[in-house]
Amino acid sequence: MIPQGEQGSADEGRPNLPDSSLGADRPLPLSVRSLTVSYDRKAVLWNVDLDVFAGRIVGVVGPNGAGKTTLIKAIMGLLPLQSGTILINGKPLKKQPGAIGYVPQRESVDWDFPVTVHDVVMMGTYGTLGLFRRPGRKQREICRRSLDQVHMSSYAHRQISNLSGGQQQRVFLARALAQEADLYLMDEPFAGVDAATEAAIIELLRTQRDTGRTILVIHHDLQSVADYFDDVLLLNRHVVAYGPVGDVFTVENLRTTYGGKLAVLPEHANGET
Amino acid sequence: MNMPPLIPPFDFQTHVLGPWSSPEIAAGTFWTMATCSLVAICCGLLGCFLIVQGLALIGDAISHTVLLGIVVAFLLTGQFSGMAMLIGAGLTGIVTALLIEFIHRSSRIKQDAAIGIVFTSLFALGVILLNTMASHQHIDADCVLFGDLEFAMFDTTKIFGVAIPRSAVQLTLVTAVVASVIALFYKELLVSAFDPQLAAVLGLKPRLVRYGLMGLLSLAVVSSFQAVGAILVVAMMIAPPATAYLLTDRLPKMLLLTVVAGVISAIVGVHVAFWLNAATAGAMVCVACGLFTLAFLFSPRHGLAVGALRRFRRDDPPLADELSVSA
Repeated sequence: MIPQGEQGSADEGRPNLPDSSLGADRPLPLSVRSLTVSYDRKAVLWNVDLDVFAGRIVGVVGPNGAGKTTLIKAIMGLLPLQSGTILINGKPLKKQPGAIGYVPQRESVDWDFPVTVHDVVMMGTYGTLGLFRRPGRKQREICRRSLDQVHMSSYAHRQISNLSGGQQQRVFLARALAQEADLYLMDEPFAGVDAATEAAIIELLRTQRDTGRTILVIHHDLQSVADYFDDVLLLNRHVVAYGPVGDVFTVENLRTTYGGKLAVLPEHANGET
Repeated sequence: MNMPPLIPPFDFQTHVLGPWSSPEIAAGTFWTMATCSLVAICCGLLGCFLIVQGLALIGDAISHTVLLGIVVAFLLTGQFSGMAMLIGAGLTGIVTALLIEFIHRSSRIKQDAAIGIVFTSLFALGVILLNTMASHQHIDADCVLFGDLEFAMFDTTKIFGVAIPRSAVQLTLVTAVVASVIALFYKELLVSAFDPQLAAVLGLKPRLVRYGLMGLLSLAVVSSFQAVGAILVVAMMIAPPATAYLLTDRLPKMLLLTVVAGVISAIVGVHVAFWLNAATAGAMVCVACGLFTLAFLFSPRHGLAVGALRRFRRDDPPLADELSVSA
Protein backbone atom coordinates (compact mmCIF):
# COMPACT_ATOMS: atom_id res chain seq x y z
CA MET A 1 0.00 0.00 0.00
CA ILE A 2 1.02 3.60 -0.40
CA PRO A 3 0.62 5.22 2.99
CA GLN A 4 -1.08 8.55 3.34
CA GLY A 5 1.31 11.46 3.41
CA GLU A 6 4.19 9.69 1.72
CA GLN A 7 6.80 12.25 0.69
CA GLY A 8 6.04 13.76 -2.65
CA SER A 9 2.36 12.89 -2.71
CA ALA A 10 -0.02 15.75 -3.43
CA ASP A 11 -1.65 15.46 -0.05
CA GLU A 12 1.58 15.60 1.85
CA GLY A 13 1.30 16.34 5.55
CA ARG A 14 -2.45 15.86 5.61
CA PRO A 15 -3.69 12.87 7.57
CA ASN A 16 -6.71 10.94 6.51
CA LEU A 17 -9.16 12.09 9.15
CA PRO A 18 -11.96 9.75 10.12
CA ASP A 19 -14.18 12.68 11.14
CA SER A 20 -14.14 15.45 8.59
CA SER A 21 -16.57 17.62 10.58
CA LEU A 22 -13.62 18.74 12.72
CA GLY A 23 -12.55 22.33 12.22
CA ALA A 24 -13.30 22.95 8.57
CA ASP A 25 -13.61 26.70 9.21
CA ARG A 26 -11.51 26.97 12.36
CA PRO A 27 -7.79 27.48 11.78
CA LEU A 28 -5.61 24.45 12.44
CA PRO A 29 -3.89 24.28 15.85
CA LEU A 30 -0.59 23.81 14.04
CA SER A 31 0.29 24.31 10.42
CA VAL A 32 3.87 24.06 9.18
CA ARG A 33 4.77 24.93 5.57
CA SER A 34 8.05 24.07 3.81
CA LEU A 35 10.07 24.42 7.00
CA THR A 36 13.85 24.17 6.69
CA VAL A 37 16.13 24.56 9.72
CA SER A 38 19.93 24.47 9.56
CA TYR A 39 22.76 24.33 12.04
CA ASP A 40 26.07 25.60 10.64
CA ARG A 41 24.66 25.58 7.10
CA LYS A 42 23.75 21.89 7.36
CA ALA A 43 20.04 21.29 7.01
CA VAL A 44 18.66 19.43 10.02
CA LEU A 45 15.07 19.66 8.85
CA TRP A 46 14.31 19.75 5.17
CA ASN A 47 11.09 21.03 3.63
CA VAL A 48 8.74 19.89 6.38
CA ASP A 49 5.00 20.25 5.81
CA LEU A 50 2.72 19.37 8.67
CA ASP A 51 -0.95 20.01 9.42
CA VAL A 52 -2.05 18.94 12.86
CA PHE A 53 -5.78 18.72 13.53
CA ALA A 54 -7.56 19.63 16.72
CA GLY A 55 -8.20 16.92 19.27
CA ARG A 56 -5.43 14.53 18.25
CA ILE A 57 -2.49 13.03 20.07
CA VAL A 58 0.35 12.94 17.56
CA GLY A 59 3.47 10.87 18.13
CA VAL A 60 6.71 12.15 16.60
CA VAL A 61 8.97 9.17 15.90
CA GLY A 62 12.35 8.86 14.28
CA PRO A 63 15.98 7.84 14.87
CA ASN A 64 18.46 9.92 16.90
CA GLY A 65 19.44 13.05 15.04
CA ALA A 66 16.28 12.97 12.93
CA GLY A 67 15.43 16.51 14.01
CA LYS A 68 12.54 15.74 16.37
CA THR A 69 13.61 18.18 19.09
CA THR A 70 14.65 20.66 16.42
CA LEU A 71 11.12 20.49 15.00
CA ILE A 72 9.41 21.34 18.26
CA LYS A 73 11.99 24.01 19.09
CA ALA A 74 11.34 25.58 15.70
CA ILE A 75 7.59 25.46 16.32
CA MET A 76 8.16 27.23 19.64
CA GLY A 77 10.15 29.95 17.90
CA LEU A 78 13.42 29.12 19.67
CA LEU A 79 15.42 28.61 16.46
CA PRO A 80 15.99 30.80 13.43
CA LEU A 81 14.18 29.34 10.40
CA GLN A 82 16.03 29.16 7.13
CA SER A 83 12.73 29.09 5.31
CA GLY A 84 9.10 28.23 5.85
CA THR A 85 6.20 29.40 7.97
CA ILE A 86 4.69 28.12 11.17
CA LEU A 87 1.17 29.09 12.18
CA ILE A 88 -0.44 28.36 15.55
CA ASN A 89 -4.24 28.64 15.38
CA GLY A 90 -3.72 30.45 12.08
CA LYS A 91 -1.42 33.10 13.53
CA PRO A 92 2.31 33.38 14.23
CA LEU A 93 3.29 32.47 17.81
CA LYS A 94 4.78 35.92 18.41
CA LYS A 95 1.30 37.43 18.39
CA GLN A 96 -0.01 35.03 21.03
CA PRO A 97 2.65 34.38 23.71
CA GLY A 98 1.99 31.25 25.73
CA ALA A 99 -0.26 29.66 23.07
CA ILE A 100 1.93 26.55 23.17
CA GLY A 101 2.03 24.50 26.32
CA TYR A 102 5.53 23.15 26.56
CA VAL A 103 6.93 20.13 28.39
CA PRO A 104 10.72 20.04 27.99
CA GLN A 105 13.07 17.13 28.63
CA ARG A 106 13.60 16.83 32.34
CA GLU A 107 17.37 17.38 32.12
CA SER A 108 16.90 20.80 30.53
CA VAL A 109 16.55 22.60 33.87
CA ASP A 110 18.51 22.74 37.12
CA TRP A 111 16.49 20.88 39.74
CA ASP A 112 18.49 22.50 42.57
CA PHE A 113 16.96 25.85 41.63
CA PRO A 114 15.42 27.51 44.71
CA VAL A 115 11.76 27.16 43.70
CA THR A 116 8.91 25.03 44.99
CA VAL A 117 6.59 22.84 42.93
CA HIS A 118 3.93 25.55 43.25
CA ASP A 119 6.35 28.23 41.96
CA VAL A 120 7.17 26.15 38.87
CA VAL A 121 3.53 25.48 38.01
CA MET A 122 2.73 29.17 38.54
CA MET A 123 5.25 30.02 35.80
CA GLY A 124 2.80 28.52 33.31
CA THR A 125 0.37 31.38 33.96
CA TYR A 126 2.94 34.14 33.34
CA GLY A 127 2.43 34.22 29.56
CA THR A 128 -1.03 35.74 29.78
CA LEU A 129 -0.35 37.93 32.82
CA GLY A 130 1.31 40.85 31.09
CA LEU A 131 4.05 43.21 32.17
CA PHE A 132 4.20 44.23 35.85
CA ARG A 133 1.18 42.07 36.77
CA ARG A 134 1.57 39.66 39.63
CA PRO A 135 -0.25 36.33 39.85
CA GLY A 136 -3.45 36.67 41.86
CA ARG A 137 -6.32 34.49 43.02
CA LYS A 138 -7.26 33.37 39.51
CA GLN A 139 -3.72 32.20 38.78
CA ARG A 140 -3.48 30.40 42.14
CA GLU A 141 -6.72 28.62 41.32
CA ILE A 142 -5.40 27.53 37.89
CA CYS A 143 -2.25 26.34 39.60
CA ARG A 144 -4.17 24.35 42.24
CA ARG A 145 -6.35 22.71 39.58
CA SER A 146 -3.33 21.81 37.41
CA LEU A 147 -1.54 20.21 40.34
CA ASP A 148 -4.72 18.28 41.18
CA GLN A 149 -4.90 16.89 37.66
CA VAL A 150 -1.43 15.36 37.94
CA HIS A 151 -2.03 14.25 41.56
CA MET A 152 0.77 16.42 42.94
CA SER A 153 -1.21 18.74 45.23
CA SER A 154 0.37 17.37 48.39
CA TYR A 155 3.81 18.24 47.04
CA ALA A 156 2.99 21.87 46.23
CA HIS A 157 5.32 23.40 48.79
CA ARG A 158 8.28 21.09 48.32
CA GLN A 159 11.49 22.26 46.76
CA ILE A 160 11.81 20.59 43.37
CA SER A 161 15.07 18.72 44.00
CA ASN A 162 13.27 16.42 46.44
CA LEU A 163 11.15 14.86 43.72
CA SER A 164 11.51 11.57 41.88
CA GLY A 165 11.85 11.54 38.09
CA GLY A 166 8.18 10.76 37.59
CA GLN A 167 7.15 13.51 39.98
CA GLN A 168 9.38 16.00 38.14
CA GLN A 169 7.67 15.05 34.90
CA ARG A 170 4.25 15.61 36.49
CA VAL A 171 5.33 19.05 37.65
CA PHE A 172 6.23 19.97 34.07
CA LEU A 173 2.88 18.60 32.89
CA ALA A 174 1.05 20.67 35.51
CA ARG A 175 2.98 23.74 34.40
CA ALA A 176 1.94 23.10 30.79
CA LEU A 177 -1.70 22.64 31.90
CA ALA A 178 -1.50 25.95 33.76
CA GLN A 179 -0.64 27.61 30.44
CA GLU A 180 -4.20 26.70 29.34
CA ALA A 181 -3.00 26.36 25.77
CA ASP A 182 -4.75 24.52 22.93
CA LEU A 183 -1.55 23.01 21.61
CA TYR A 184 0.96 21.05 23.70
CA LEU A 185 4.47 20.05 22.70
CA MET A 186 6.19 17.38 24.77
CA ASP A 187 9.79 16.23 24.46
CA GLU A 188 9.94 12.61 25.60
CA PRO A 189 7.57 12.88 28.56
CA PHE A 190 7.87 9.13 29.17
CA ALA A 191 11.67 9.03 29.41
CA GLY A 192 12.83 7.64 32.75
CA VAL A 193 9.43 7.49 34.46
CA ASP A 194 7.96 4.37 36.02
CA ALA A 195 5.08 2.41 34.51
CA ALA A 196 2.49 3.89 36.88
CA THR A 197 3.46 7.45 35.98
CA GLU A 198 3.52 6.59 32.29
CA ALA A 199 -0.04 5.24 32.54
CA ALA A 200 -1.13 8.33 34.49
CA ILE A 201 0.42 10.66 31.92
CA ILE A 202 -1.20 8.98 28.92
CA GLU A 203 -4.53 9.01 30.76
CA LEU A 204 -4.13 12.76 31.32
CA LEU A 205 -3.23 13.35 27.68
CA ARG A 206 -6.35 11.49 26.58
CA THR A 207 -8.53 13.60 28.88
CA GLN A 208 -6.99 16.74 27.40
CA ARG A 209 -7.49 15.48 23.85
CA ASP A 210 -11.13 14.73 24.55
CA THR A 211 -11.65 18.38 25.45
CA GLY A 212 -10.37 19.35 22.00
CA ARG A 213 -6.74 20.01 22.78
CA THR A 214 -3.94 18.91 20.51
CA ILE A 215 -0.78 17.22 21.74
CA LEU A 216 2.48 16.57 19.91
CA VAL A 217 4.69 14.04 21.69
CA ILE A 218 8.26 13.06 20.84
CA HIS A 219 8.43 9.36 21.56
CA HIS A 220 11.06 6.64 21.47
CA ASP A 221 9.33 3.40 22.41
CA LEU A 222 7.98 2.02 19.13
CA GLN A 223 6.10 -0.77 20.94
CA SER A 224 3.63 1.68 22.49
CA VAL A 225 3.08 3.95 19.47
CA ALA A 226 -0.03 2.17 18.25
CA ASP A 227 -1.47 2.25 21.77
CA TYR A 228 -0.82 5.84 22.65
CA PHE A 229 -1.27 7.94 19.54
CA ASP A 230 -4.02 8.86 17.11
CA ASP A 231 -1.64 10.09 14.43
CA VAL A 232 2.03 9.45 13.96
CA LEU A 233 4.71 11.54 12.26
CA LEU A 234 7.67 9.52 11.04
CA LEU A 235 10.54 11.94 10.80
CA ASN A 236 14.07 11.63 9.53
CA ARG A 237 15.28 15.07 8.44
CA HIS A 238 12.13 15.23 6.31
CA VAL A 239 8.62 13.88 6.75
CA VAL A 240 8.78 10.19 5.82
CA ALA A 241 5.10 9.67 6.51
CA TYR A 242 2.32 11.27 8.49
CA GLY A 243 -1.23 10.20 9.20
CA PRO A 244 -3.42 8.02 11.40
CA VAL A 245 -1.42 5.32 13.17
CA GLY A 246 -3.33 2.51 11.46
CA ASP A 247 -2.40 3.78 7.98
CA VAL A 248 1.09 5.12 8.51
CA PHE A 249 2.73 3.00 11.21
CA THR A 250 3.81 0.23 8.85
CA VAL A 251 6.91 -1.89 8.70
CA GLU A 252 7.83 -0.45 5.33
CA ASN A 253 7.58 3.17 6.56
CA LEU A 254 9.56 2.31 9.66
CA ARG A 255 12.30 0.76 7.54
CA THR A 256 12.41 3.93 5.42
CA THR A 257 12.54 6.10 8.56
CA TYR A 258 15.19 4.18 10.43
CA GLY A 259 17.19 2.88 7.49
CA GLY A 260 18.96 -0.33 8.39
CA LYS A 261 19.22 0.69 12.02
CA LEU A 262 15.94 -0.81 13.18
CA ALA A 263 16.78 -4.13 14.80
CA VAL A 264 13.45 -5.01 16.37
CA LEU A 265 10.22 -4.18 14.62
CA PRO A 266 7.25 -3.37 16.79
CA GLU A 267 4.60 -6.08 17.04
CA HIS A 268 1.79 -3.69 16.24
CA ALA A 269 3.18 -2.30 13.01
CA ASN A 270 0.86 -3.05 10.13
CA GLY A 271 1.27 -4.22 6.59
CA GLU A 272 4.04 -6.72 6.01
CA THR A 273 5.14 -6.20 2.44
CA MET B 1 63.03 41.66 68.57
CA ASN B 2 59.80 43.20 69.60
CA MET B 3 57.15 42.28 67.05
CA PRO B 4 53.66 43.65 67.50
CA PRO B 5 51.16 40.83 67.91
CA LEU B 6 49.53 39.73 64.66
CA ILE B 7 46.08 40.19 66.12
CA PRO B 8 45.79 43.07 68.59
CA PRO B 9 43.90 42.30 71.81
CA PHE B 10 40.18 42.93 71.45
CA ASP B 11 38.73 45.60 73.70
CA PHE B 12 34.98 46.19 73.62
CA GLN B 13 35.29 49.80 74.81
CA THR B 14 37.85 50.81 72.17
CA HIS B 15 36.84 48.69 69.20
CA VAL B 16 33.06 48.54 69.37
CA LEU B 17 32.12 51.79 71.10
CA GLY B 18 35.22 53.68 69.87
CA PRO B 19 33.94 54.23 66.30
CA TRP B 20 30.84 55.92 67.77
CA SER B 21 32.56 57.98 70.52
CA SER B 22 32.11 61.48 69.07
CA PRO B 23 29.65 62.94 66.54
CA GLU B 24 32.32 63.46 63.87
CA ILE B 25 33.78 59.97 64.28
CA ALA B 26 30.30 58.46 64.44
CA ALA B 27 29.29 60.21 61.21
CA GLY B 28 32.36 58.79 59.47
CA THR B 29 31.63 55.29 60.80
CA PHE B 30 27.99 55.57 59.82
CA TRP B 31 28.69 56.57 56.21
CA THR B 32 31.37 53.90 55.87
CA MET B 33 28.90 51.32 57.11
CA ALA B 34 26.09 52.65 54.94
CA THR B 35 28.29 52.63 51.83
CA CYS B 36 29.48 49.08 52.50
CA SER B 37 25.93 47.90 53.22
CA LEU B 38 24.66 49.42 49.97
CA VAL B 39 27.49 47.72 48.06
CA ALA B 40 26.53 44.42 49.68
CA ILE B 41 22.82 44.90 48.96
CA CYS B 42 22.95 45.93 45.31
CA CYS B 43 25.69 43.47 44.35
CA GLY B 44 24.15 40.68 46.42
CA LEU B 45 20.64 41.04 44.98
CA LEU B 46 21.99 40.81 41.43
CA GLY B 47 24.42 38.08 42.48
CA CYS B 48 21.46 35.87 43.48
CA PHE B 49 20.31 35.77 39.86
CA LEU B 50 23.87 34.98 38.73
CA ILE B 51 24.59 32.07 41.04
CA VAL B 52 21.27 30.27 40.49
CA GLN B 53 22.14 30.19 36.77
CA GLY B 54 25.79 29.24 37.24
CA LEU B 55 26.88 32.65 35.90
CA ALA B 56 29.05 33.80 38.81
CA LEU B 57 32.10 33.99 36.54
CA ILE B 58 30.32 36.41 34.23
CA GLY B 59 29.97 38.67 37.28
CA ASP B 60 33.71 38.35 37.81
CA ALA B 61 34.34 39.24 34.17
CA ILE B 62 32.08 42.29 34.24
CA SER B 63 33.65 43.58 37.45
CA HIS B 64 36.93 43.84 35.52
CA THR B 65 35.77 45.02 32.13
CA VAL B 66 33.95 48.06 33.56
CA LEU B 67 37.44 49.60 33.83
CA LEU B 68 37.41 49.90 30.04
CA GLY B 69 33.99 51.55 30.16
CA ILE B 70 35.14 54.03 32.80
CA VAL B 71 38.27 54.96 30.84
CA VAL B 72 36.43 55.32 27.52
CA ALA B 73 33.76 57.45 29.20
CA PHE B 74 36.52 59.61 30.66
CA LEU B 75 38.24 60.04 27.31
CA LEU B 76 34.95 61.14 25.76
CA THR B 77 33.71 63.44 28.52
CA GLY B 78 36.70 64.22 30.76
CA GLN B 79 34.81 63.04 33.83
CA PHE B 80 35.48 60.18 36.21
CA SER B 81 32.10 60.31 37.86
CA GLY B 82 28.43 60.77 37.29
CA MET B 83 26.22 59.80 34.40
CA ALA B 84 28.92 59.34 31.74
CA MET B 85 30.73 56.79 33.87
CA LEU B 86 27.51 54.90 34.66
CA ILE B 87 26.52 54.74 31.00
CA GLY B 88 30.04 53.74 29.93
CA ALA B 89 30.15 50.97 32.50
CA GLY B 90 26.63 49.76 31.73
CA LEU B 91 27.43 49.47 28.03
CA THR B 92 30.72 47.67 28.67
CA GLY B 93 28.91 45.15 30.83
CA ILE B 94 26.43 44.39 28.05
CA VAL B 95 29.21 44.26 25.43
CA THR B 96 31.14 41.83 27.66
CA ALA B 97 28.14 39.52 27.94
CA LEU B 98 27.41 39.77 24.20
CA LEU B 99 31.02 39.02 23.25
CA ILE B 100 31.17 36.02 25.59
CA GLU B 101 27.98 34.61 24.13
CA PHE B 102 29.08 35.34 20.56
CA ILE B 103 32.41 33.51 20.96
CA HIS B 104 30.78 30.64 22.82
CA ARG B 105 28.00 30.22 20.26
CA SER B 106 29.85 30.64 17.02
CA SER B 107 32.83 28.44 17.75
CA ARG B 108 33.71 25.31 19.67
CA ILE B 109 35.13 27.39 22.55
CA LYS B 110 33.37 26.57 25.82
CA GLN B 111 31.87 29.29 27.97
CA ASP B 112 34.60 29.36 30.65
CA ALA B 113 37.33 29.91 28.07
CA ALA B 114 35.22 32.56 26.32
CA ILE B 115 34.82 34.39 29.63
CA GLY B 116 38.56 34.17 30.31
CA ILE B 117 39.48 35.58 26.90
CA VAL B 118 36.93 38.38 26.80
CA PHE B 119 37.40 39.81 30.27
CA THR B 120 41.19 39.75 30.33
CA SER B 121 41.48 41.34 26.90
CA LEU B 122 38.94 44.10 27.62
CA PHE B 123 40.55 44.73 31.01
CA ALA B 124 44.02 44.87 29.42
CA LEU B 125 42.71 47.34 26.85
CA GLY B 126 41.38 49.45 29.71
CA VAL B 127 44.74 49.36 31.52
CA ILE B 128 46.62 50.43 28.38
CA LEU B 129 44.21 53.27 27.66
CA LEU B 130 44.47 54.37 31.29
CA ASN B 131 48.28 54.37 31.18
CA THR B 132 48.66 56.13 27.88
CA MET B 133 45.75 58.51 27.68
CA ALA B 134 44.72 59.29 31.24
CA SER B 135 47.86 58.77 33.27
CA HIS B 136 47.97 62.12 35.08
CA GLN B 137 44.52 61.73 36.62
CA HIS B 138 43.87 60.80 40.23
CA ILE B 139 42.45 57.47 39.13
CA ASP B 140 44.68 54.51 38.36
CA ALA B 141 44.37 50.77 37.95
CA ASP B 142 45.18 50.19 41.64
CA CYS B 143 42.31 52.39 42.68
CA VAL B 144 39.93 50.49 40.40
CA LEU B 145 41.15 47.09 41.55
CA PHE B 146 41.34 47.74 45.29
CA GLY B 147 39.13 50.77 45.82
CA ASP B 148 39.82 53.70 48.09
CA LEU B 149 37.16 53.85 50.79
CA GLU B 150 38.91 56.51 52.87
CA PHE B 151 39.11 58.85 49.89
CA ALA B 152 35.50 58.06 48.95
CA MET B 153 34.37 59.11 52.44
CA PHE B 154 36.01 62.54 52.08
CA ASP B 155 34.53 63.18 48.65
CA THR B 156 31.24 64.53 49.97
CA THR B 157 28.36 66.54 48.62
CA LYS B 158 25.81 68.56 50.62
CA ILE B 159 22.23 67.33 50.54
CA PHE B 160 19.82 69.32 52.74
CA GLY B 161 22.85 70.71 54.56
CA VAL B 162 24.26 67.29 55.44
CA ALA B 163 27.61 66.21 54.02
CA ILE B 164 27.08 62.86 52.35
CA PRO B 165 29.79 60.94 50.46
CA ARG B 166 29.11 61.05 46.72
CA SER B 167 29.54 57.30 46.40
CA ALA B 168 26.88 56.76 49.08
CA VAL B 169 24.46 58.93 47.11
CA GLN B 170 25.20 57.09 43.87
CA LEU B 171 24.94 53.68 45.56
CA THR B 172 21.60 54.64 47.08
CA LEU B 173 20.24 55.47 43.64
CA VAL B 174 21.64 52.33 42.02
CA THR B 175 20.40 50.12 44.86
CA ALA B 176 16.94 51.67 44.53
CA VAL B 177 16.97 51.00 40.78
CA VAL B 178 18.16 47.41 41.30
CA ALA B 179 15.52 46.71 43.95
CA SER B 180 12.69 48.19 41.87
CA VAL B 181 13.74 46.35 38.71
CA ILE B 182 13.77 43.06 40.64
CA ALA B 183 10.35 43.84 42.14
CA LEU B 184 8.82 44.91 38.81
CA PHE B 185 10.33 42.21 36.61
CA TYR B 186 10.46 39.40 39.15
CA LYS B 187 8.51 36.92 37.06
CA GLU B 188 10.58 37.64 33.93
CA LEU B 189 13.83 37.26 35.91
CA LEU B 190 12.62 34.08 37.61
CA VAL B 191 11.49 32.23 34.47
CA SER B 192 14.47 33.39 32.39
CA ALA B 193 16.80 32.07 35.06
CA PHE B 194 14.99 28.76 35.64
CA ASP B 195 13.90 27.85 32.11
CA PRO B 196 14.91 30.28 29.33
CA GLN B 197 13.07 28.20 26.72
CA LEU B 198 9.77 28.50 28.57
CA ALA B 199 10.45 32.21 29.03
CA ALA B 200 10.84 32.54 25.26
CA VAL B 201 7.62 30.62 24.56
CA LEU B 202 5.74 32.79 27.06
CA GLY B 203 7.05 35.93 25.34
CA LEU B 204 9.05 37.04 28.38
CA LYS B 205 12.13 37.89 26.25
CA PRO B 206 14.83 35.99 28.18
CA ARG B 207 17.70 37.44 26.13
CA LEU B 208 16.64 40.99 26.87
CA VAL B 209 16.28 40.06 30.55
CA ARG B 210 19.76 38.57 30.54
CA TYR B 211 21.43 41.61 29.02
CA GLY B 212 19.42 43.91 31.25
CA LEU B 213 20.77 41.95 34.20
CA MET B 214 24.33 42.37 32.89
CA GLY B 215 23.82 46.11 32.38
CA LEU B 216 22.46 46.53 35.91
CA LEU B 217 25.32 44.47 37.25
CA SER B 218 27.77 46.86 35.61
CA LEU B 219 26.02 49.82 37.23
CA ALA B 220 26.29 48.12 40.61
CA VAL B 221 29.98 47.33 40.03
CA VAL B 222 30.93 50.78 38.83
CA SER B 223 29.17 52.37 41.81
CA SER B 224 30.85 49.96 44.19
CA PHE B 225 34.39 49.87 42.90
CA GLN B 226 35.39 53.16 44.51
CA ALA B 227 34.40 51.75 47.89
CA VAL B 228 35.66 48.17 47.70
CA GLY B 229 37.50 47.76 44.40
CA ALA B 230 36.80 45.53 41.43
CA ILE B 231 38.31 42.40 43.00
CA LEU B 232 36.39 42.40 46.25
CA VAL B 233 33.14 43.49 44.63
CA VAL B 234 33.02 39.99 43.15
CA ALA B 235 33.03 38.58 46.68
CA MET B 236 30.04 40.69 47.66
CA MET B 237 28.32 39.52 44.48
CA ILE B 238 28.81 35.86 45.29
CA ALA B 239 29.46 35.17 48.99
CA PRO B 240 26.20 36.53 50.52
CA PRO B 241 23.98 34.95 47.80
CA ALA B 242 25.86 31.66 48.15
CA THR B 243 25.31 31.80 51.92
CA ALA B 244 21.61 32.45 51.38
CA TYR B 245 21.39 29.69 48.74
CA LEU B 246 22.52 27.17 51.35
CA LEU B 247 19.94 28.37 53.87
CA THR B 248 16.71 28.42 51.88
CA ASP B 249 14.84 26.73 49.06
CA ARG B 250 12.94 29.71 47.65
CA LEU B 251 14.21 32.64 45.65
CA PRO B 252 12.37 35.46 47.51
CA LYS B 253 13.76 34.21 50.84
CA MET B 254 17.17 33.90 49.24
CA LEU B 255 17.06 37.56 48.18
CA LEU B 256 16.05 38.59 51.69
CA LEU B 257 18.75 36.47 53.39
CA THR B 258 21.32 37.86 50.96
CA VAL B 259 20.50 41.38 52.14
CA VAL B 260 20.74 40.26 55.78
CA ALA B 261 24.08 38.49 55.24
CA GLY B 262 25.43 41.47 53.28
CA VAL B 263 24.47 44.05 55.90
CA ILE B 264 25.87 41.89 58.71
CA SER B 265 29.13 41.58 56.75
CA ALA B 266 29.28 45.36 56.32
CA ILE B 267 28.56 46.23 59.97
CA VAL B 268 30.81 43.56 61.49
CA GLY B 269 33.44 44.20 58.82
CA VAL B 270 33.73 47.89 59.64
CA HIS B 271 34.32 47.07 63.31
CA VAL B 272 36.77 44.28 62.54
CA ALA B 273 38.71 46.66 60.28
CA PHE B 274 38.85 49.20 63.11
CA TRP B 275 40.00 46.53 65.54
CA LEU B 276 42.71 45.08 63.29
CA ASN B 277 43.56 48.45 61.72
CA ALA B 278 43.00 46.79 58.33
CA ALA B 279 41.29 47.74 55.07
CA THR B 280 37.52 47.89 55.53
CA ALA B 281 36.74 46.13 52.24
CA GLY B 282 39.04 43.23 53.10
CA ALA B 283 37.52 42.87 56.55
CA MET B 284 34.00 42.96 55.13
CA VAL B 285 34.76 40.23 52.61
CA CYS B 286 36.39 38.09 55.32
CA VAL B 287 33.23 38.38 57.43
CA ALA B 288 31.06 37.54 54.41
CA CYS B 289 33.18 34.45 53.75
CA GLY B 290 33.01 33.58 57.46
CA LEU B 291 29.22 33.64 57.25
CA PHE B 292 29.41 31.44 54.15
CA THR B 293 31.61 28.95 56.01
CA LEU B 294 29.09 28.80 58.85
CA ALA B 295 26.26 28.13 56.40
CA PHE B 296 28.38 25.60 54.53
CA LEU B 297 29.00 23.64 57.72
CA PHE B 298 25.81 24.12 59.70
CA SER B 299 22.98 24.88 57.27
CA PRO B 300 19.99 22.90 58.58
CA ARG B 301 19.26 21.32 55.17
CA HIS B 302 22.37 21.49 53.03
CA GLY B 303 25.15 21.78 55.64
CA LEU B 304 28.14 19.47 55.80
CA ALA B 305 27.59 18.75 59.50
CA VAL B 306 23.94 17.80 59.00
CA GLY B 307 24.88 15.55 56.10
CA ALA B 308 27.52 13.80 58.18
CA LEU B 309 25.08 13.41 61.06
CA ARG B 310 22.50 11.95 58.70
CA ARG B 311 24.98 9.40 57.36
CA PHE B 312 26.06 8.60 60.92
CA ARG B 313 22.53 7.78 62.05
CA ARG B 314 21.68 5.03 59.60
CA ASP B 315 18.09 4.69 60.75
CA ASP B 316 17.38 8.32 59.91
CA PRO B 317 14.22 8.88 57.88
CA PRO B 318 14.89 9.77 54.22
CA LEU B 319 15.51 13.38 53.24
CA ALA B 320 12.15 13.89 51.55
CA ASP B 321 10.18 13.08 54.70
CA GLU B 322 12.22 15.46 56.84
CA LEU B 323 11.65 18.22 54.37
CA SER B 324 7.91 17.84 54.25
CA VAL B 325 7.93 18.53 57.99
CA SER B 326 10.24 21.53 57.87
CA ALA B 327 8.65 23.03 54.75
